[in-house]
Amino acid sequence: MSKVIKIKKGLNIKMHGAAEKIIKKTDQAEYYAVKPTDFQGIRPKLVVKVGDKVKAGTSLFYDKFQPEVQFTAPVSGEIVEINRGERRVILEIVIKADATIEYEKFNVSDPSRLSKEEIVDVMQKSGLWPTIRQRPYSTIANPEDTPKAIFITAFDSAPLAADMDYVAMDCGDSFQKGIDILSKLTEGTIHLNINADYPASDTYTKAKGVQINKFTGPHPSGNVGIQINKIDPINKGDIVWYTYPQEIIAIGRLFEKGIYDATKIIALTGSEVKNPIYHKLIGGASIKNIVSGNVTEGEHRYIGGNVLTGSKISHNGYVGYYDNQVTVIPEGKYYEFFGWALPGFKKHSASRAVFSWLLPNKKFKLDTNFHGGNRAYVMSGEYDKVFPMDIYPVQLIKSILVEDIDKMEQLGIYEVDEEDFALCEYVCTSKTEVQSIIRTGLDLMRKEMS
Amino acid sequence: MKSLRRYIDKIKPHFEKGGKFAKLESTFEAFESFLFVSNKVTTKGTHIRDANDMKRTMIIVVLALVPTVLFGMWNVGFHHYAATGQEGTLIELFWLGFLRVFPIIVVSYVVGLGIEFAFAQYRGHEVNEGFLVSGILIPLVLPVDTPLWMVAVATAFAVVIGKEVFGGTGMNILNPALTARAFLFFAYPSYMSGNAVWTHGMINGEGVIDSYSGATPLAEAAAGHIDKLPSTIEMFFGTIPGSIGETSALAILIGAGILIITGIGSARIMISTVIGGLIMGLLLNIFAVNPFMEIPFWQHLLLGGFAFGAVFMATDPVSAAQTAKGKIIYGFLIGFFAILIRVINPAYPEGVMLAILLMNVFAPLIDHYVIEGNIKKRLKRVKVKA
Repeated sequence: MSKVIKIKKGLNIKMHGAAEKIIKKTDQAEYYAVKPTDFQGIRPKLVVKVGDKVKAGTSLFYDKFQPEVQFTAPVSGEIVEINRGERRVILEIVIKADATIEYEKFNVSDPSRLSKEEIVDVMQKSGLWPTIRQRPYSTIANPEDTPKAIFITAFDSAPLAADMDYVAMDCGDSFQKGIDILSKLTEGTIHLNINADYPASDTYTKAKGVQINKFTGPHPSGNVGIQINKIDPINKGDIVWYTYPQEIIAIGRLFEKGIYDATKIIALTGSEVKNPIYHKLIGGASIKNIVSGNVTEGEHRYIGGNVLTGSKISHNGYVGYYDNQVTVIPEGKYYEFFGWALPGFKKHSASRAVFSWLLPNKKFKLDTNFHGGNRAYVMSGEYDKVFPMDIYPVQLIKSILVEDIDKMEQLGIYEVDEEDFALCEYVCTSKTEVQSIIRTGLDLMRKEMS
Repeated sequence: MKSLRRYIDKIKPHFEKGGKFAKLESTFEAFESFLFVSNKVTTKGTHIRDANDMKRTMIIVVLALVPTVLFGMWNVGFHHYAATGQEGTLIELFWLGFLRVFPIIVVSYVVGLGIEFAFAQYRGHEVNEGFLVSGILIPLVLPVDTPLWMVAVATAFAVVIGKEVFGGTGMNILNPALTARAFLFFAYPSYMSGNAVWTHGMINGEGVIDSYSGATPLAEAAAGHIDKLPSTIEMFFGTIPGSIGETSALAILIGAGILIITGIGSARIMISTVIGGLIMGLLLNIFAVNPFMEIPFWQHLLLGGFAFGAVFMATDPVSAAQTAKGKIIYGFLIGFFAILIRVINPAYPEGVMLAILLMNVFAPLIDHYVIEGNIKKRLKRVKVKA
């Protein structure tokens, strides 16, 4: 077996509210939604209108730039709402679900006899092609590209993240089927990255046709960007595809049963959840069922995903296409008298200027307070401590701010993604919005290269 | 606390856009956020934020400076009493120093923060906390009898020319506190050097007894009076003449400890500066042709402003090198040049200030080459594969 890759730089933020290992099969939600904003860099073109009846797997919209890629309904039912935001951007396509789900049938036979084109066609039609994304830019993969490798990260190191070994338990067959399908899409290696700190699930260790790599170390060791950087870094012109275990299981099921079954297991986490456990539901489900009556009193922030990279949703918002986790933490709208001068035993910080570092095993109840105001860069070397790539983060950010394309390229923009900078943003004393700067840089680069 | 909060909420509208005092918006915000950490919440990006902020960071640096301030005050009293042949209690010595030093601190803060507030309002920014540190550093590197108007002029020069013209906190090339010091050094040399400026009252010739010279150990060493150097213990504890905050290596070490433990001051820079100084000292020992070059190389660490400069000035994160490798080179060269200028150049009795300012200017160049190295490594990776 391959050697263990050790990530030294990073930060584990210990928070209250990790999900207990119990899976509850949640009652079907009343409403489901597909959010075009989950997908990076697409321009959605609707093919349905309010009042239309759809089945699970019926196309709702497609991407103007890649019209073959369909985004489909996770359940059958009626389109009840199409919510738009600023400048009429489509935010949500809401479906009122039928009591029993009807599925579109896709023609799949023995995958070993299917050609690459046929596989791609079925995946695009069924709505599962977007599960495969590419680096650089984190956009949906283009089937005409030839990726040098496919990366699957089978553990999540983010705060309170779902245990990917646990959620993929008992899905070995579907997972293997999904891997078989992926192997038809590339000549390159399929890397399956697991955590070296504990024995991984059989689903992963017994998988065939993959190269298993082991990682150890603090977050972001589970970020696919970091793993690519350590194993097979992206140079200019390279393309790497990546996906995640639950997505592969869904691909496996598509080719087993010929239907788009968006069932997945998510972790309901966070200090404000009374009973944090895992829930088995269909992707896109409203979280209303699982959070109502299950959260504490007060004003809360509901997050689809984790506290570092997730997106803000409402208390009856929807589980995103890629989400494995829903987090509920308190909002932090309070004033704190001389807060900057208090020792701060209840607050978390990567620096030792806040004295909770004297309590190394403490778990924190963290809220959304900004803890200060925006400042110019003053401190140096802060980001380096939580950024485990051989890239100078602050210099890359500055090159983006001045829109210097050449410098961005030289400093390694192809290798990074927003999520890799989430910890930099968290620790920043100057409270810079690092992730959105990186996104701007990636978008700029993509426009420049196309 | 709650009634104070209510009062602030009541008067806040006057300071917002369209209010009576809208021109004081930044100033109001600075005082409000000083009293209460804002209720602002995250909107995009990470949903949680590290509890550390700029105020806390800067206040910890100020805390690290407190030992040097307190010792400096006592030392002012100590030397005044010694020079005039009087005896005094600990409290009396400290009180005399306090009366001399405190006004300098007040002038430095009032002038500096006044200018910062005005620029913040002009730019529509929140007030940056950087001057909290500069404002205390400036008094500490001055001789005790510097007239207050000079402190005011030097502070104004440092803040406007040293910082604001470059875009304010975070954008400056030179360390503001050293800019103030350098300004005074070249504009009013008679108040900044010589043997009489270090002891309160001496510059006006107030009844100094004959046996008291007032010369700093560094001046004695430069003059070749090695026999007149105080003992190592005295130099370590700092009961020697010098600028207000620079004399006590012990107080500075306590500050260094606070900065290193909290991770706010770069240990990398401090250590490499000391190593640079030691190596230059050793080289001078080896090629010694005069008594000053012969003094044990490690004694340079206790002389003049070396320790203070290494711990509090070289580590200014804005004007120092930004990259980890760059910091090592930057620190090393500061130590190296500080001792070189100190010993070899007869025009300047002390080299630390000039060495740090010089390396401030070169820090971006050092970083540039460190980053070029990283870029080349990335390009090489492509070539190896191709």
